[in-house]
Amino acid sequence: MLSFVAQRIVKGVFVLLAIIVMNFFLIRLAPGDPAAVMAGEAGASDAQFVQQLREKFSLDKPLPEQLFIYVKGVVTLDLGFSFRQQMPVAKLIAERLPATLLLTLTAFGISLLLGITFGTLAARFAGTWADTAITVSALLFYATPIFWVALMSILLFSVYLGWLPSFGYETIGGNYTGWAHVKDVALHLVMPAMTIGLFFMATYTRMTRASMLEVKRLDFVKTARAKGLRDNIIQRRHVLRNALLPVVTLAGVHSGTLVGGAVLTETVFAWPGIGRLLYEALLQRDYNLLLGVFVVCSAMVLIFNLVTDLVYRLVDPRIEFAS
Amino acid sequence: MTVAPAVSIKNLKIALPKSAERPYAVDGVSIDLIPGEIVCVVGESGSGKSMCAHALMGLLPDTVTTETGEVLFEGRNLLKLDESGWREVRGRGIAMVFQEPMTALNPLMRIGEQMMEMFEAHNLLTPKERRAKALSLAKEVGLPDPERIIRAYPHQLSGGQRQRAMIAMALALEPSVLVADEPTTALDVTTQAQILKLIRNLQRSRNMAVMFITHDFGVVADIADRVVVLRHGKIVEEGSIDAVFKNPQHDYTKALLAAVPSMHPPVRAPLDENARAVEVIGLDKTYVTSGGWFKPDRRVQAANEVTFSIMQGETVGLVGESGSGKSSVARLVMRLIEADRGTVRIGDVDLTALEGKALRAQRHRIQMIFQDPFASLNPRRRVGQIITDGPIARGTDPKVAMQRARDLLGMVGLDAGSLDRYPHEFSGGQRQRLGIARALAMDPEIIVADEAVSALDVSVQAQVLKLLEDLKARLGLSMLFITHDLRVAAQICDRIAVMQRGVIVELKPTAQLFASPEHPYTRELLGAVPGQSSPSQAA
Repeated sequence: MLSFVAQRIVKGVFVLLAIIVMNFFLIRLAPGDPAAVMAGEAGASDAQFVQQLREKFSLDKPLPEQLFIYVKGVVTLDLGFSFRQQMPVAKLIAERLPATLLLTLTAFGISLLLGITFGTLAARFAGTWADTAITVSALLFYATPIFWVALMSILLFSVYLGWLPSFGYETIGGNYTGWAHVKDVALHLVMPAMTIGLFFMATYTRMTRASMLEVKRLDFVKTARAKGLRDNIIQRRHVLRNALLPVVTLAGVHSGTLVGGAVLTETVFAWPGIGRLLYEALLQRDYNLLLGVFVVCSAMVLIFNLVTDLVYRLVDPRIEFAS
Repeated sequence: MTVAPAVSIKNLKIALPKSAERPYAVDGVSIDLIPGEIVCVVGESGSGKSMCAHALMGLLPDTVTTETGEVLFEGRNLLKLDESGWREVRGRGIAMVFQEPMTALNPLMRIGEQMMEMFEAHNLLTPKERRAKALSLAKEVGLPDPERIIRAYPHQLSGGQRQRAMIAMALALEPSVLVADEPTTALDVTTQAQILKLIRNLQRSRNMAVMFITHDFGVVADIADRVVVLRHGKIVEEGSIDAVFKNPQHDYTKALLAAVPSMHPPVRAPLDENARAVEVIGLDKTYVTSGGWFKPDRRVQAANEVTFSIMQGETVGLVGESGSGKSSVARLVMRLIEADRGTVRIGDVDLTALEGKALRAQRHRIQMIFQDPFASLNPRRRVGQIITDGPIARGTDPKVAMQRARDLLGMVGLDAGSLDRYPHEFSGGQRQRLGIARALAMDPEIIVADEAVSALDVSVQAQVLKLLEDLKARLGLSMLFITHDLRVAAQICDRIAVMQRGVIVELKPTAQLFASPEHPYTRELLGAVPGQSSPSQAA
């Protein structure tokens, strides 16, 4: 198993390197000159100043050399300097990463928990009104754009009902500490996390339901019944465990995209995470920041995938690392 | 009868849904299971034999309904039980062993855990005692290294070991009745012989009543005390094994017995003088699965120096157990997979040396008939398209190809109207005829039949074998016939090659192989064929 993990990490490093090279060139293919943007914002856009900026940030060097400088930096965890924010990119990301992880992991947890629960219920009562209600609502959440759900829930829960704060990570000027702080952040977290969570929940609900109905027909479920086992043990131990295998696969695929999927939600809810940072960087042609966010997101996808494979090994003994 | 039955099925009627072919799956069946006796319920697919077995366990599918009848067990009518009543009987009073031990075991649970569940279901013993009991059960059914096996997952065991584990599980609570639904059908012949012996021994030592469901008369001959023959849900004949086998009363029983291929090969003229249709020289094929960075690769040698030839008009059989490499050799000969080394010649053409267009031009000369008549026909295409695809790809005019397809359907005994129908509208035997028509549409010189009759009922099997023989003689075909069934091989093959672990261990004219097998493995295989002890089987 250790060799499997080591192997995956080495492979991951190469994948990451390839991603960096591709992103580096893709970004520079896009029109726009960061030096010009910066000079414009500084209010002094004469050619000499722009040239100075170019030299300062190595933008005047040939592309391969710029790439080399960048990669050399990444190896030492130096992701460059954000022209626009006047801060090292690594520091910017490190500040924002916890908020994003809190949001996406909560959303991920919600979606899996609710999805599997509702999927199991729908399968248990397949063909009844309960099944129809669950399946239809799952479809609704899946089909509705995330930003719209976000805006509507702000209207409902913040504007009309006034139950939840409408934006941000914590109450500005609240200065809460201890449990009060946790509660404050949790309240802010509810809507953005639910918005992302419900979307993914819908797919897990449908997947769990379909998968359980399929497993239910298999021979070993009949064996379990022939033993005289109680139905709830059969459902949990024999049906659900086997039915979860495809759900784990799907969740693995999703886990990586959750980071990227947070861009819209973070923007709508003004959540100070990586997604919003990316959005800002995009508007400002902040090359280094953009690249930095990409690198971190890619690394997270790779890490999540590795975790998924390890989890998969835990739930399915037939999977062997070696092959 | 002096001994009271352990279970009595009385006038059982199980209704099928309205859309089914007939109204009742089981129609007025009465069977008594006596302690210490094995009753074989025999019948072809759709005869209702599995339904009888499932009715005993209360495991009938939701689509059927029990209309009348009783299942009497320990003074109660089981059919009147509610779910919790059934739970008490299942496993404890009546236990069941299923056909396919791979799918009948939960792939995510250890063997021992699954055995221990038996006690858990009935709230018996402490977890520690359950473990000890699982261990002793594993020993009793002859599982090697029981300590390791109860910690293993199903996929880590062989087919025979899995079935032993299933049997151990069924016996855990010492039920008075064991229901075995085709328990050896999915197993190799040598494994089958061992499992039959095991069931026989356990049944005797525990004085159980056993209901043994099977379609195989050879198995019946080896294991049954009493036989019940089912057809279309009705009992057509019932009696002691000797009575039924020596003096069958009903025509259907007679026909079934007659359809069982004999172990005595007919005399066949040698075909050595004919020209060679296929020549296979030194074929090697090793499958390698990568073992990762620090583990060695896993290698399975499917073909090792395989050499044989098929004369024109000859049928060469390739027999052996699962995993012996027979199907790999078939695919190598067809060049559906690439050999590591070796040569395959079709007539004068070296098939292994060709590539691309030249290879495609030769492909029609050797055609395959597959095992599974359901999976080998594209369900979304009409029969006419299925049969004409190949010829049209070779440049035949579609109209001509369609006319030829019509003729071919007649040749394989189907009517020409079948052209516009889809595969699912046909029975298993009819589909296999379609498979034959598809192969013949290419005007092949050689037919490779890979377990082509294994999935068929014995009476249908006899018909398809006869059809193959007729067509072969009429069209002057040669055939590579792959089978695990030595009875079938005896009847259809001129020569037989016995394969074990990728090696042909013996290759001889059929009569000679059956009369004087030389290799120990050949002897083992021949000895394991069920039903040789019964007098009527020597016909």
